[in-house]
Amino acid sequence: MLTEQNSALLKKVKHGLKDYTVLIALALIWILFSILTNGIFLKPRNISNLFRQASIISFLATGMVLVIVLGNIDLSVGSVVGFLSAVTAFLQVKVFYDLMPRIFPAMTATGQGIMSTIFTIIVVLLLAVVIGVWQGSLIAYLKIPAFIVTLGGMQLFRGGVLGVTQGKTISPVDSSLVSIAQGYVSKPLGWIIALVVVGVIFFTTMLGRNQKKSYGFEIPVMWKDILKASVISGIVVLYILVMNKYRGIQIPVLILAGIALLISYISTNTRFGRYAYAVGGNLEATRLSGINIKKTIFLVHVLMGVLSGVAGIILTGYVAAGTVNAGQSYELDTIASCVIGGTSLMGGKGTIIGAMVGSLIMASIVNGMSVMNMDIFWQYIVKGLVLIVAVYIDVVSNKQKS
Amino acid sequence: MSDDFILEMNNVTKEFPGVVALSDVSFNVKRGEIHGICGENGAGKSTLMKILSGVYPHETYTGKIVLDGKMISFEKGAIRQAIESGISIVYQELALNPFSTVGENIFLGREPVRFGDVINWNDLYGRTKKLLTTYGLEIPFGETVGNLGVGKQQMVEIAKSLSEDAKVLILDEPTSALNQFEVNTLHAILRTLKEKGVTCVYISHKLEEFFQITDTVTVLRDGKHVATIPTAETNTDKLIAMMVGREMTERFPSRKVEIGEPVFTVKDYKVMSTEFMDKTLIQDVSFDLKKGEILGIAGLMGSGRTELVTSLFGEMGKQIAGIITLNGKEININSARDAMNHNIGLVPEDRKRLGLILEQSILKNISLPSMDHFSGFMHIDKNKELEESRKFAKSLRIKTPNLLVPAEKLSGGNQQKVVISKWLMTNPDVLILDDPTRGIDVGAKYEIYKLMNDLVERGVSIIMISSELEEVLGMSDRIMVMCEGRSTGILDIKEATQERIMALATAGAQDEKEFSC
Ligand SMILES: Nc1ncnc2c1ncn2[C@@H]1O[C@H](COP(=O)(O)OP(=O)(O)OP(=O)(O)O)[C@@H](O)[C@H]1O
Ligand SMILES: [Mg+2]
Repeated sequence: MLTEQNSALLKKVKHGLKDYTVLIALALIWILFSILTNGIFLKPRNISNLFRQASIISFLATGMVLVIVLGNIDLSVGSVVGFLSAVTAFLQVKVFYDLMPRIFPAMTATGQGIMSTIFTIIVVLLLAVVIGVWQGSLIAYLKIPAFIVTLGGMQLFRGGVLGVTQGKTISPVDSSLVSIAQGYVSKPLGWIIALVVVGVIFFTTMLGRNQKKSYGFEIPVMWKDILKASVISGIVVLYILVMNKYRGIQIPVLILAGIALLISYISTNTRFGRYAYAVGGNLEATRLSGINIKKTIFLVHVLMGVLSGVAGIILTGYVAAGTVNAGQSYELDTIASCVIGGTSLMGGKGTIIGAMVGSLIMASIVNGMSVMNMDIFWQYIVKGLVLIVAVYIDVVSNKQKS
Repeated sequence: MSDDFILEMNNVTKEFPGVVALSDVSFNVKRGEIHGICGENGAGKSTLMKILSGVYPHETYTGKIVLDGKMISFEKGAIRQAIESGISIVYQELALNPFSTVGENIFLGREPVRFGDVINWNDLYGRTKKLLTTYGLEIPFGETVGNLGVGKQQMVEIAKSLSEDAKVLILDEPTSALNQFEVNTLHAILRTLKEKGVTCVYISHKLEEFFQITDTVTVLRDGKHVATIPTAETNTDKLIAMMVGREMTERFPSRKVEIGEPVFTVKDYKVMSTEFMDKTLIQDVSFDLKKGEILGIAGLMGSGRTELVTSLFGEMGKQIAGIITLNGKEININSARDAMNHNIGLVPEDRKRLGLILEQSILKNISLPSMDHFSGFMHIDKNKELEESRKFAKSLRIKTPNLLVPAEKLSGGNQQKVVISKWLMTNPDVLILDDPTRGIDVGAKYEIYKLMNDLVERGVSIIMISSELEEVLGMSDRIMVMCEGRSTGILDIKEATQERIMALATAGAQDEKEFSC
């Protein structure tokens, strides 16, 4: 027999478990792999690689969450990333390499290299915007289903990759571009970042409390907020501690953290973000509230384009070249990350942070299995099964709610 | 002042392919009054309001509309313009985002922002809280809307329209999902607003509400304006006559039926929820249904009526006790399929979610559960399908140019008729009707009552849930009253009165708040 109190507690635990299913899954996967690899999996060196490997799909996932939240899908991201990566390498190797000495004759070779990277990034991001505008307007204004537009885009931009690379690898790219993807922040700077982040966490917690108070809302008891802030700070500090045991914070992870925070903030705290969720939740209701639906859909796809650009640039630095099959099947990994992280394919539901954890799960599986020296084919099999199980969990837990 | 009109409609005509929804409609609404609009299903009430609220922009209709002295002709971004010019509307069908909170839904499209586009959540929830307390609405402002019951959701919808500093507030059948206490709350709100000078247009099929709340009533019939008169100068019978265009001598047709032996019995029935494991949905329910009998089920919203019939139909919860027999044999029903194999049919309450495939044609909707009748091996007899469906569409007077029109294009009441046709076609022995006349006009109600009579005369047995006491009293042979998932009594029609039903319906509840369950 359950007493009233017990069953209430049980309910709370059940609820909590549901909120943290992905995190629990991640923890289990890590524990499993560290046992199977005799602890190699959790060594700082491996963790450092793992997070860097996860970062490229994570950039795409931050944008994909919003696309899926709309009730749309983007199948073209893999090809777009590949295309922009090829363009990045092409610009550096074939265009700016010759151009820079002429524009900045006085500079050192290193300086010219940095300038060429900056120019490349600007051009590629502009191109990414153009691609986003192209797909976004077809979907939002011409009302062609996103599935079709991006299925077409998948072919179209894969063709672009072949055209730009002419079927050959383009290298070598400048070392400054490589370090964006492979570099580390110096260890003391890492500690400064830790300090600043912890400061900001506590400051915003307190600020939030004060603001709530001034509006006369109930505020949670002090220790709960402090505990929450401490746990988050603890995770950040622990991460930086472990990374500093190896070579320091990875630059792409730092960039990702910044972008993910920004998009997460936009998605929950701006009208644009909330409208994306409203469109996916109930299109008709959103339209009848006088909201410009087309603009919202358009902008989400533009954002997806820009993030594909970022991913493309970092991918180029990561492999230090532009290759023919860059970005292949990224769309599937990205969508899988979002779904594992709790984004509903029906639209209206999903979080950035969930998708980040989702992509970390996917990367952990690949990484863990390669540390174990398992055959590649196993990776595909396990990744596929994990996706199906994750969606099954989602289906079951949704049943309980509605 | 007799000619201080806030809203003037002049010669408004609106056509859809194959249907003239409004033809040459003209009438005026006085500043500060509550103006009722009534008419049969498909009379054009909702269409008229959608023109006002900008859903149908200027170029899609003809006619002149003057709001507060200014011609309005909304073109691009019409909905936005309508909101900005002070028109606020509660649509007939719920338009909320189930995944967002109450506050977010109320302020959707009008969020308080700073730094350009950043939403000020504290301000938003602060205003929500104030709004809800000002009008005495007991809704938790941070709750996700999908977790609320239909009645509460409807109140959120109403709160949403209140927050817009409206000049004209339009309510399209706001009470069809509300229980009596919520209706009273709504009426109190409308009176407060009236004192503040807000004009209100009020559409309903519950005619008594016009006499409780409106100053003037406009009657529409078949897209034409019939009359606009002060409420004080008319009565229910006159309104009905104007709506249907003929004299209606009785609200409920009489029948002559030989009631037979019990066919369907339920004993000590108990059902647990499958969603929330320790929640009991139904307990202590026992009844029998005789051949040719109509058993009414009365009770307040949330009393478990819908849960009871849905679980009997095999589509809700888990039966953990009780015996169900059909024609003396014990049966087990675990799915809709099982129920249909035993010739039991259910017309569900929520037609949009459970009753219709909105994008599909009326024809396909009606024939879906009866496909077996029309299909042989690899073949569907389309002619027979059409002929049979036509018969039902005609006898229920579904207003549509043809049966190939998608169900979503029908007016709310006509959609309900499609759902009823669909189940009638399966030829059930036991037919369960869950609030079959919700959102249906008096004329069509009469048709449905006649149909029910025909059915019982042919030996079918009917269980009918109804939220209108008059209807339960007018149509049933016996009435079972429910409260909080239990049966609190079964009354013979001879001993049943409104008071006795209400007493049983509130038997378990302590105070007013619990009525809303
Ligand atoms: N989008 C549409 N396309 C085609 N026909 C439509 C559309 N909307 C409404 N109609 C038709 O216009 C007529 C008027 O419909 P309307 O919804 O205004 O009726 P109503 O008076 O609100 O009825 P109810 O009481 O059932 O809600 C109906 O015959 C309906 O079938
Ligand atoms: Mg209507």
